[in-house]
Amino acid sequence: MPKNPGKRPGPTGTAPGPAAEGLDARLVVDRGTFRLDIALTAAPGDVVALLGPNGAGKTTALRALAGLTPLTAGHLRLDGAELHRTPPESRPIGVVFQDYLLFPHLTALDNVAFGPRCRGTGKAEARAQAAEWLDRMGLAEHAGAKPRRLSGGQAQRVALARALATHPRLLLLDEPLAALDARTRLEVRARLRRHLAAFEAVAVLVTHDPLDAMVLADRLVVVEQGRIVQEGTPSDIARHPRTEYIAQLVGLNLYRGQADGHTVRLDAGPTVSTTEDLSGPAFVAFPPGAVTLYRDRPTGSSARNLWRCEIAGLEPHGDQVRAELTGELPLAADLTTVAAAELDLHPGAPVWATVKAAQTHAYPA
Amino acid sequence: MPRSAHRLQSALRTAGAGAAVLLALSGCSASGSSASGTGEDGPSGTVTVFAAASLTESFTTLGERFEKEHPGTEVTFNFGGSDTLAAGISGGAPADVFAAASTGTMKLVTDEGHTAGSPSTFVRNRLEIATLPGNPHGIGSLKDLTAPGLKVVLCDSTVPCGSAARTALTAAGVELTPVSYEQDVRSALTKVELKEADAAVVYRTDVRAAGDKVEGVEFPESAEAVNDYPIARLESAPNPTAAKAFVALVKSPEGRKVLTGAGFLAP
Amino acid sequence: MTGRHGTPPDPGAPAPPDGGRSGTRTVRAPRTARPRTPGRGVPLPLLAPALLGLAFLLVPLLALLLRAPWRSLPEQLTSPEVWQALRLSLVCATAATVLSLVIGVPLAWLLARTDFPGRGLVRALVTLPLVLPPVVGGVALLLALGRNGVVGQWLDAWFGITLPFTTTGVVLAETFVAMPFLVISVEGTLRAADPRYEEAATTLGASRFTAFRRVTLPLIAPGIAAGSVLAWARALGEFGATITFAGNFPGRTQTMPLAVYLALQNDPAAAIALSLVLLAVSIAVLAGLRDRWMRTV
Repeated sequence: MPKNPGKRPGPTGTAPGPAAEGLDARLVVDRGTFRLDIALTAAPGDVVALLGPNGAGKTTALRALAGLTPLTAGHLRLDGAELHRTPPESRPIGVVFQDYLLFPHLTALDNVAFGPRCRGTGKAEARAQAAEWLDRMGLAEHAGAKPRRLSGGQAQRVALARALATHPRLLLLDEPLAALDARTRLEVRARLRRHLAAFEAVAVLVTHDPLDAMVLADRLVVVEQGRIVQEGTPSDIARHPRTEYIAQLVGLNLYRGQADGHTVRLDAGPTVSTTEDLSGPAFVAFPPGAVTLYRDRPTGSSARNLWRCEIAGLEPHGDQVRAELTGELPLAADLTTVAAAELDLHPGAPVWATVKAAQTHAYPA
Repeated sequence: MPRSAHRLQSALRTAGAGAAVLLALSGCSASGSSASGTGEDGPSGTVTVFAAASLTESFTTLGERFEKEHPGTEVTFNFGGSDTLAAGISGGAPADVFAAASTGTMKLVTDEGHTAGSPSTFVRNRLEIATLPGNPHGIGSLKDLTAPGLKVVLCDSTVPCGSAARTALTAAGVELTPVSYEQDVRSALTKVELKEADAAVVYRTDVRAAGDKVEGVEFPESAEAVNDYPIARLESAPNPTAAKAFVALVKSPEGRKVLTGAGFLAP
Repeated sequence: MTGRHGTPPDPGAPAPPDGGRSGTRTVRAPRTARPRTPGRGVPLPLLAPALLGLAFLLVPLLALLLRAPWRSLPEQLTSPEVWQALRLSLVCATAATVLSLVIGVPLAWLLARTDFPGRGLVRALVTLPLVLPPVVGGVALLLALGRNGVVGQWLDAWFGITLPFTTTGVVLAETFVAMPFLVISVEGTLRAADPRYEEAATTLGASRFTAFRRVTLPLIAPGIAAGSVLAWARALGEFGATITFAGNFPGRTQTMPLAVYLALQNDPAAAIALSLVLLAVSIAVLAGLRDRWMRTV
């Protein structure tokens, strides 16, 4: 895997050769007060997910890759070819748009044949190729249907077939599952995962849904406010979140502090005992389920992490109740409905929260 | 229907006159002072004149003089195609005086009994050829208008200048195919002013009004198609006194001077 | 569109204004929510002016029919001049519409899809012929394209082309007056159309022109159709600019409105007859278009 970590300044860094396979980009887009500046690299076969909150610049990054938004600075190389100044229609890039943007006046077949036709394939040949793609997507019987008669999942597959029919070296997917309802989403996600796994070139998808990102991608790039805040494999990111946004996405309580042996003094004030032995700046994370709540100060508890808190809010979370706490340490705690009832929890109720050291996880910041 | 409207109008007029008499009896001396100077009821109030478009300049001048001579009067003009004006009068438009560009049009109004007394011709107009300034094509007669490549515009035969031109062409024995039959004399002249056409057959007064933007060429056959301009007071005139005075001014030597100055011929 | 076939009248509603389709009267479905039941719940402050507006538009047309010289009509209509003028009107209005499409749709695209300095001003200028009295438009055309005009003098000198007093002149005058309708209509449709379809086409390898031709154009077809009909109807009725720029010569530049106007000078009956012909033909064409072409979009 030709990793190019860090930012490579200089617009014309020339390093072709075998290592240049895949995507190597630094995207800088200035838009008034907003500035996107991210570096992306990926090898053929990689599926990279750009994950981030709304307005983080993910879609701008995607549009910049596709050539629909011009770069203010940076570079874009694909398989060694400089695409920075190539107009979008000449880039070997396929895009699946958020709401698919299937041409409403064309049948599914003609939608898929559109790309090959534009790239010079004869009409009959383009339609034959399109039929093959639809067949591969399991949509052979819908070839003659206009987009408005397709279900969401079918439309998504037609959009995917349309993008793949031009044999792109980079496939871009903008929120590929956002337009679907929860029921079809599950099935479409699984299907999309198979298609992406079979895709031999680079795929970059944009999503704000961590589950989509983790299921579909080999590597996550988390973008916040136009910058990359963390990248890595899905499991790495799920275990070691480095920002509040990611911690919330993966459902962890996250704190930053200074480690000294088995103790981390949090920037927020209190200390946390951990099993890891660290020193210097560190993160501490623990899941809400690891928190135990008491109405009275526990005396016999072996937990050394004990904080005095107050209930700020309660809401159902799956088959449990999630309690948002303020106080010595703001945190989220999950408990069963029965436990919540027995403790007589309500907003404003004072509680004691404990976490066992074994259930915390500390890692260098 | 026209008769009943007519009756209604004269009833209204009677009522108006009655009101005037009442005002006079009540001794409204302030407003009657100008009239008392002449010893009898002089013209006052608004007089509405419907006049052919070709009279625009000269009648406007006469209107100003009239207002000056008869303080307290106001002359309102409605200039337009004679046929349009005649249709308006037939439809009951409240006019005092009608001056038409053709006797035929006036006859329509007279036949329906809308005129008070018989109309009289106050001026005549004859045709001229309007050419580009300096007459670059050397046009001297109607026959010259048939020269190949020459663009000539005539009025449509449905409007007076068109039928007059046709009469003159027939008299001259000239077969002429123009590039356009224009809707009225002004637009025919405009085509020459803008140099889109090389010549147009229009009225002498229009050539005069266009100044040095066109040059007029007289031709003998225009005598065959002279337009008489009749003027008449109207039966339903809201202001008959002023109407009488205005017609008198038009026919006076002073009025004739203004009209001939604009290119009209004395009757 | 009157797609109200088979809608039973609402039981609580007054007699339907369309005269009551007796066939559907017996079918009653009480208590069914019908969002478009006619006559029900139309507030009087809307209904009264609406009916007044309808009457205002229809009564003059009705008067035309009532006062039409029906007895002399066959004679009027068999005169070759009428058919000559009608043919010329239809040919010129259609040619003007085609010309408007060829140059007006790209102009609308430019206004809707690109950003250039002074675009707002250009848009305002495009709509100017809408407010300009057509006669003034005709004079302006003479000043521009006349034999002695700003551009026309070169056309004359270099190519020997003069436009006034020609059928081409009629087409140009009608285009000048009618094209803004098309441009405004198409530009509005373009603005409402999602520009991302063009982007999608671009990412599939379509040049901007191909994207326009194969994606945008079919998408905005309804707007183009509506704009064309407006422009055609406007061109068909055009009088002022035509007579000013192209003059009036039977068979060459005398379209129906010109014939009507001139007939009105001394033969109102003939003018009414001609108007009826024009009215009948335009109603037939518009109805035909709607059935064959507008409904599919």
